[in-house]
Amino acid sequence: MSAENLIYTLLGLPLLASALVLVFRNHPNLRDGQAVLLGILSAGAAFQLYLLPTGASLTLVELAPGLTLTFTPEPLGKLFALVAGTLWPLATLYTIGYMRGAKEANHTRFMFFYAVAIHATMGIALSGNLLTLFVFYEMLTFSTYPLVTHKGDEAALKAGRVYLGILVASSIVFLLFGVIGVWAIAGTLDFTSGGILVGKIDPFYVPALLALFAFGIGKAALMPLHRWLPAAMVAPTPVSALLHAVAVVKAGVFTVLKVGVYIFGIDFLKETGGSEWLVWVASFSILAASIVAMTKTNLKARLAYSTVSQLGYIVMGTALATPLAASGAALHIAAHGAGKITLFFCAGAIYVAHKRTDIRDMNGLGRTMPITYTAFALAALSIMGVPPLAGAWSKFMLMGGALDNGYLVVLGVLMVSSLLNLVYLGEIVVRGFFATPKRKLKGVQEAPIAMLIPLSITAFLSLALFFAVDLFIIDFGG
Amino acid sequence: MMQHLPVLQVLLPLLAAPFAALLRGRDLAWGVAFITTGAAFLISIALFLEQRALGTTLVYEMGNWAAPIGIVYVIDAASALVLPVISGIGFVATLAARQLVAAEIDARDHALFYAAWLLTIAGMLGQVTTGDAFNIFVFLEISSLSAYALVAMGSGRDRRALPAAFNYLILGTVGATFYVIGLGLLYMLTGTLNLVDLAERLPQVEETRAAFTAMAFIALGLFLKMALFPLHFWLVPAYAHAPSAVTALMASTATKVSVYVLIRLIFGVFGVEFPGLADAVGLLVLTLGIAGAFVGTLAAIVETDLKKLFAQSSIAQLGYMAIGIGAMSATGLAAAFLHLFNHALMKGALFLAIGMIAAQAGRATMGTIQGAGKQIPITMTAILFGGLALIGVPLTAGFISKLYLIRALLEQDFWLLAGLTFLSSALALAYVWKIIEAAWLQPRPKGAPKLHETASQYIPAWIMVIATLGFGIYATPLVQAAFAAAHVFIPSVAGAN
Repeated sequence: MSAENLIYTLLGLPLLASALVLVFRNHPNLRDGQAVLLGILSAGAAFQLYLLPTGASLTLVELAPGLTLTFTPEPLGKLFALVAGTLWPLATLYTIGYMRGAKEANHTRFMFFYAVAIHATMGIALSGNLLTLFVFYEMLTFSTYPLVTHKGDEAALKAGRVYLGILVASSIVFLLFGVIGVWAIAGTLDFTSGGILVGKIDPFYVPALLALFAFGIGKAALMPLHRWLPAAMVAPTPVSALLHAVAVVKAGVFTVLKVGVYIFGIDFLKETGGSEWLVWVASFSILAASIVAMTKTNLKARLAYSTVSQLGYIVMGTALATPLAASGAALHIAAHGAGKITLFFCAGAIYVAHKRTDIRDMNGLGRTMPITYTAFALAALSIMGVPPLAGAWSKFMLMGGALDNGYLVVLGVLMVSSLLNLVYLGEIVVRGFFATPKRKLKGVQEAPIAMLIPLSITAFLSLALFFAVDLFIIDFGG
Repeated sequence: MMQHLPVLQVLLPLLAAPFAALLRGRDLAWGVAFITTGAAFLISIALFLEQRALGTTLVYEMGNWAAPIGIVYVIDAASALVLPVISGIGFVATLAARQLVAAEIDARDHALFYAAWLLTIAGMLGQVTTGDAFNIFVFLEISSLSAYALVAMGSGRDRRALPAAFNYLILGTVGATFYVIGLGLLYMLTGTLNLVDLAERLPQVEETRAAFTAMAFIALGLFLKMALFPLHFWLVPAYAHAPSAVTALMASTATKVSVYVLIRLIFGVFGVEFPGLADAVGLLVLTLGIAGAFVGTLAAIVETDLKKLFAQSSIAQLGYMAIGIGAMSATGLAAAFLHLFNHALMKGALFLAIGMIAAQAGRATMGTIQGAGKQIPITMTAILFGGLALIGVPLTAGFISKLYLIRALLEQDFWLLAGLTFLSSALALAYVWKIIEAAWLQPRPKGAPKLHETASQYIPAWIMVIATLGFGIYATPLVQAAFAAAHVFIPSVAGAN
């Protein structure tokens, strides 16, 4: 298929899936089966697009002179499309197992918005300019709102309000201003290698403009705009997986990275020093979120703060303004995606099989759920950055980037963060395998097979990514 | 026939008005208004297309008397852009009026209502078309007098319509008087009232104090008519207590025409080079515009009556048009024209939808719409889209206006002002969110009356919603037309779009 057709395919498959969900609403197996099938097709399409050379572009409509809705796959966008495209069918399969296992209501509505959210994510990944990105960014917010409030009770609605409130307000107040500002200054919004602001803006204004993006992209959960993410933990676990690994937060940090690389330009940021302040804000976010994570005993809440911390890595990779750090950040999108989705899959599996959410109640569970806990351990090691798992490479590259620009302190931040990861993720593994349970657990009691398959695959991906890393390192020049 | 279109545009509704007044029976007068406004809309479109195709100014000489003796009607890029707004809104509002007026106005008064309705539309169209400054005053009075009457007709349901109409009358008359005083001074100085002649002769007397005073009087009179902060106090009660159909028509058109007349006189007659104009009008309008944007938005946030809420929002939106004017550049004027056009669409959608709720429930407040998202989803969705457009979300028309407004400010290096303008428009999120929350996130209170909607009730609002989205998704021709309109007053720099 040509690149143009692949763009149509990647955008179209999730929409088709959401339409078919409605068509087959009275046939649960057909409804869910087609979503998995179309998801596998989209993974294939994303892989094919990833291997094609760049250069294709697709314009849907011209809003105003020079202002278009355009899709232009470039290496970073293709990587994100690949991450989202690969994790979508796995997450869908897992969703089926979870929703049936946990006996949640309203499957059809859930599956519908799940697929729409993937469509929005693909739109973000492939967008060729900031305006297109913004439109799909908002679409992603609104399509995930019904997922977050899925339970429909008081707590869910309250969380939904925080979710929608922070994401919409930050994007309307800061991000949209940044978009319009860039357009007024540069006369274009196209993502261009090397950035579009060179020579068009007084370096004095660069930090402020960057701040509009860093804080306008609320989905990147940079502290203090992270509150929506732990709040959204009331949602069913497949949603948490979607939020954390596949779509929402990844769309956020992807946007930060994309804006840093293709709007500001790495060299421009380095020359003007416009992103220096962001290095420190990201450092704070990394450490503070890790410390908060240690105080949480609810498994999902702990994982949520771990995500906030890990997202800081990717923002950091943008702020360090070296090609090596940017490549590391891009790789971390994939590495953290595979790792964190596994962790959430495991959390959901534990809930479905044993109805437990508090870490202190999980003593000894590892021996009754060997597959789940092995997967969890692998993913946790990847998040910590231990070889031979994917997270090692991205963290290594970020450290290299920090050294390139002489940020020795950042090196320390990254190391301390790894140690903190070890403490708060390690605790779960240790309790699972070595602590004695309060009540005796009998034999092996795993979650349904539809949940075990996806979490095994994603755990394996964390391992495979370490060895196939060459394929996923994007060269940002220099 | 084609060459008579400029005069037919005004004459048709003007002559249909007394005819409508003579008709009895509910639907006859409405039928006349419907056909007339429909025809007026078609004429505007034809004029717009012809002007765009020819790219020149179409001049119609009344009775073949050439200017300066006769009165000329002028269709240039600016008037050609504004005419379809007025007649288009007039047409859709007339479509909606059939139900709204039946619900809100005593059947005996229908004929008179539609007569005043047509007169006010004719007056607005006349102000835009005419090339004579005194003729503008005449049409201003025609449209205003009938508008006072229309607002007062809300008294059948809501007695507060009477003081609102009275205030409106007093302040409107003060504004018109200021305008005509300024005009008198200009006539004394130059001996002409033709806009083109005025522009030619003014430079010879531009250093005189009389000329400056004339400018000040005219500008002030028009500020009052366009409800520029802090001269806006007549607007909110007038919009809130008028019959719903009248609110929809006036909110989308009345103040816009005054904005147009202001641009026409300040830029077309005095010109940007006029001594003192950049300070007295430019700076003042910028300041008042941004102040109005904040005051209107903040007032809207705390308001609970939906008609008042969106009337306050109109104060803010007029502030944005004022900011575009105050930027004193082609891009700024284009932004003002764009927003004039786009705001008419979104406010039309909002007030038509709200009017339908008010006509059923007596009032439209936050309480009325609480939990209404499930009962009248189509109407509430129209309000949602209108609100998103007010915020300036991409893919709505409001985004396009905001885009060019910010660009106009940044072109002049007004960074702070650009930030403030953006901030105030983003604050609109607060009142739109309030509505979303009330309509969708809260349950319908027990004992609340059941609201209902039928196709004939929501179609008028949705016509405007679709236009709002359409001009947000494909705005290129509109942007070009707005820049053409701006270049009537500030000649284009080569290469600018």
